[in-house]
Amino acid sequence: MTNTLTMTVNGASVTRDVPANTLLVHFLRDSLRLTGTHVGCDTTQCGACTVHLDGSAVKSCTTLAMTCEGSDVTTIEGLASGDTLHPMQEAFRANHGLQCGFCTPGFVMSAIKIVERLGSGFDDTALREELEGNICRCTGYHNIMKSIRAGAEAMTSKQKTSPDNGAE
Amino acid sequence: MIKFGIGQSLARVEDARLLRGLGRFTDDIAPPRSVQMYVLRSPHAHAEIGGIDFRAARAMPGVHTILTGEDAAADDLGGFPSMVPSTAPGGGPNFTPPFAIIAHGKARYAGQPVAIVVADTLEQAKDAAEAIIVDYEPLPAVASLADADAPGAPLVWNECPDNLDALATFGDKGVVDAAFEKAASTHSVEVRISRVSANPMESRTALGEWNEAEERYELTGGMQSPHMLRAQLAECVFKIPPNKIRVRAFDVGGGFGMKGVPHPEPALVLWAARKVRRPVRWTSERSEAFLSDCHSRDHTSRCELALDSGARILALRFFARANLGAYLSLAGLHCAQGNIGHLSGVYTTPAIYAEVRSYFTHTVPIGPYRGAGRPEAITVLERAIDAAAFDLRMDPAELRRRNLIGPDQMPYDTGFQFTYDSGNYPVSQTKAEEAAGWANFEERRLESLRRGKLRGIGMGHIVEIAAGMNDEMGAIDVEADGSVTISTGFHNHGQGQETTMRQLVSEFLGVPPDRIKYRDSDTDVQPFGFGSAGSRAAAVGGALFKAISEKIIEKGKVIAAIMLDTSAEEIDFVDGTFTARSTNRTATLAEVAALAHQPMGLPQGMEGGLSHKQMFRPKGPTFPNGCHICEVEIDPETGRSEILGYWVCEDVGRSINPMIVAGQMHGGVVQGLGQAMGEFIEYDEEGQLLTGSFMDYQMPRALDMPQITTISNNVPSPNNPLGIKGAGESGTVGAMPAGLNAVCNALQPLGIRHFDMPATPWRVWQAIQHAGGIEALHKAAHETA
Repeated sequence: MTNTLTMTVNGASVTRDVPANTLLVHFLRDSLRLTGTHVGCDTTQCGACTVHLDGSAVKSCTTLAMTCEGSDVTTIEGLASGDTLHPMQEAFRANHGLQCGFCTPGFVMSAIKIVERLGSGFDDTALREELEGNICRCTGYHNIMKSIRAGAEAMTSKQKTSPDNGAE
Repeated sequence: MIKFGIGQSLARVEDARLLRGLGRFTDDIAPPRSVQMYVLRSPHAHAEIGGIDFRAARAMPGVHTILTGEDAAADDLGGFPSMVPSTAPGGGPNFTPPFAIIAHGKARYAGQPVAIVVADTLEQAKDAAEAIIVDYEPLPAVASLADADAPGAPLVWNECPDNLDALATFGDKGVVDAAFEKAASTHSVEVRISRVSANPMESRTALGEWNEAEERYELTGGMQSPHMLRAQLAECVFKIPPNKIRVRAFDVGGGFGMKGVPHPEPALVLWAARKVRRPVRWTSERSEAFLSDCHSRDHTSRCELALDSGARILALRFFARANLGAYLSLAGLHCAQGNIGHLSGVYTTPAIYAEVRSYFTHTVPIGPYRGAGRPEAITVLERAIDAAAFDLRMDPAELRRRNLIGPDQMPYDTGFQFTYDSGNYPVSQTKAEEAAGWANFEERRLESLRRGKLRGIGMGHIVEIAAGMNDEMGAIDVEADGSVTISTGFHNHGQGQETTMRQLVSEFLGVPPDRIKYRDSDTDVQPFGFGSAGSRAAAVGGALFKAISEKIIEKGKVIAAIMLDTSAEEIDFVDGTFTARSTNRTATLAEVAALAHQPMGLPQGMEGGLSHKQMFRPKGPTFPNGCHICEVEIDPETGRSEILGYWVCEDVGRSINPMIVAGQMHGGVVQGLGQAMGEFIEYDEEGQLLTGSFMDYQMPRALDMPQITTISNNVPSPNNPLGIKGAGESGTVGAMPAGLNAVCNALQPLGIRHFDMPATPWRVWQAIQHAGGIEALHKAAHETA
């Protein structure tokens, strides 16, 4: 049985007929062909599927698509503006925060919300705790920490100079 | 200095697409008309398969076909071979059952494919699989290495008594035994190297297509070695010429050795695609990955050291048992015995004898994982050193120092298996000790003890072989406008070859990076290659592209000589420009390339174009090395270990991109610490997997892991023209012993001499209880106060 579902994804309204048991991640990947959001496990542990749903970082592998009716969703594809990467994406690039790149979209999406909640004044332990829901097998987290710290600096300093930067 | 050359920490080219979500991982590709494959797996570790009734399932909605082992036998499909020959216990070649792509008549591990269902959607395929009735007759299973040759143990293969497939011996036992006779002290330790799973974040995946027009198979998948997989699919599974199969690998989300091993599913999607005449997609779910990815390590051994009165090593004896799983994977025996040469470590050990017994069990086959035998051998050796230091009440760093190979002894023939190329091990140890504050550790230990905590420090001083598999093919094509396209047999799945190979070519040909295209890994584009494995791409690729670039420049000089009205001998090539010596007449590579593509302007008989493709073999393997130090603090009330710091002074030879090298070190270290501190795969006595998800398999998370301090003490290798050694695996090789030695060191005040990995809170707490618990600790604290 299919239902009609409408939501805003990366700023554009989309409407599709989907089976009621469709997960948000499969809606994004299979129905919309936005394949930057990944599936790395089947127990909501790894966070590769993290997206922004109405302003919060959520794991789209454990979110039923139908519960997102009318919601605003941002995926990794929706972060950059044109050729300009989001400051957090740029920080991961500049600090070698990724290797195979499979978990990376989830880390970037989580990191942006961490910084929006905590600013840039967090200590290492707090950041490592915040990353509890994301697993990376390549980097040993060392450069991910460095990237998020640099991304936080860039996001917060940019916010000070341009107040409307918070919008995605 | 060239802006994009060797030695620069440049941001990676591939990151732009990966960070935008524009990577092309196999599951991102959904060709029109494609269907999904679901693999029905054996729920039993060992069972006769009487019959499979899939009539009802076949009639269910969306189902295109259901195939079983009987169909595979009818189609004469083979299995994958073992790459490593060995010796049977009674002499002669060992028994080598091919790694079956689907069970036929008998299932030999829980998770082995028994049937495949191809349907429009994965849900339909799963629903149909539930309606398949398999007539299993469960049989007793042998699920652990310890039980493999117990009296009356069930046999995995009737051809293989006691489940003992291979008995390999190395070195001269007589000489070693004689050295033990005259030793001032001997020291023995038994070490278990736990079983783990590589768990790349992208699980294995395969897309199979049957190209009706060309009558051939096309595979796209997550793999490290497309060419080797193609060769085995063609020769061993389908028994057709290799050019009847095309294999491509685009973005791959980590491999770590595991994805270098042929697994059943790539063969199954191709087989199914031909049957249903549609593209067939398969992506492993994580729980499926735990069951069906080749696991790694799983090894127990006894290591004995003979020392003279000055604590200098006279000889080493090593007796190991290695698990192979139910079949021999491509490199299963390589992990068991192929890297045994590492027992010589960084020390002068005059005589070594090793025996390795490799056993079948009813578990998924063992395959390589970052190190593939290196961390196993090195961890045992480094534990033996620490155990000897414990026995002699000596500083383990001092025991190591007395036995280190000196820089003046390089190149050093260990007398066992390896000849080390270069390195300065004593300086690496000094630098690591200084960074970690090794000399002042006792103060920190006492400070922790006053807080009721156990603090430990551990060293792993290691050397490992890289680029041992050193042939590779590559090509450079310079187009008429001077743009360059390159290809190799390597595959980039996180190591950054798309960037480092560009850096090499940019350095050699003086071409800016944005004018260099790195070709996808595609057996139609370059039909030969060996793939990425064994820390080889930098060392071998550096030598390969240097050789190819020289050919391009040589031809370019002949063409430039025509343009500049001189002879080729009078042309110099620097930074992308040909110059007629002692003149101001120049031609750029692009200008030369333009003329190269106008054969009318070339001398009679000269071939047009400016391309070269060749294989290359550097002089020999390389030996990256480094001194690793780990510091931990254990809470004896809970058994929880906190890693307080990690320092490594490493020698990777010359480095193409130091930022990428440091990243490889960080990731390698955390994979080694992950195994030492928490990861393990466990089966129950019946061969049922107990650790089947990230809920019960402890992947290292950010909070579990420390900041990692990397220091370099690079000594170029003489074995390839650029002096590169390699960086892929040494982090893991060093971190397993450093992490484990730190935990053992922390437990030492309780009289604990050795503790086996993994150092999970439960296991550490148990060890503390067995040693007398917190009371014993207080007593120790009182004595030291």
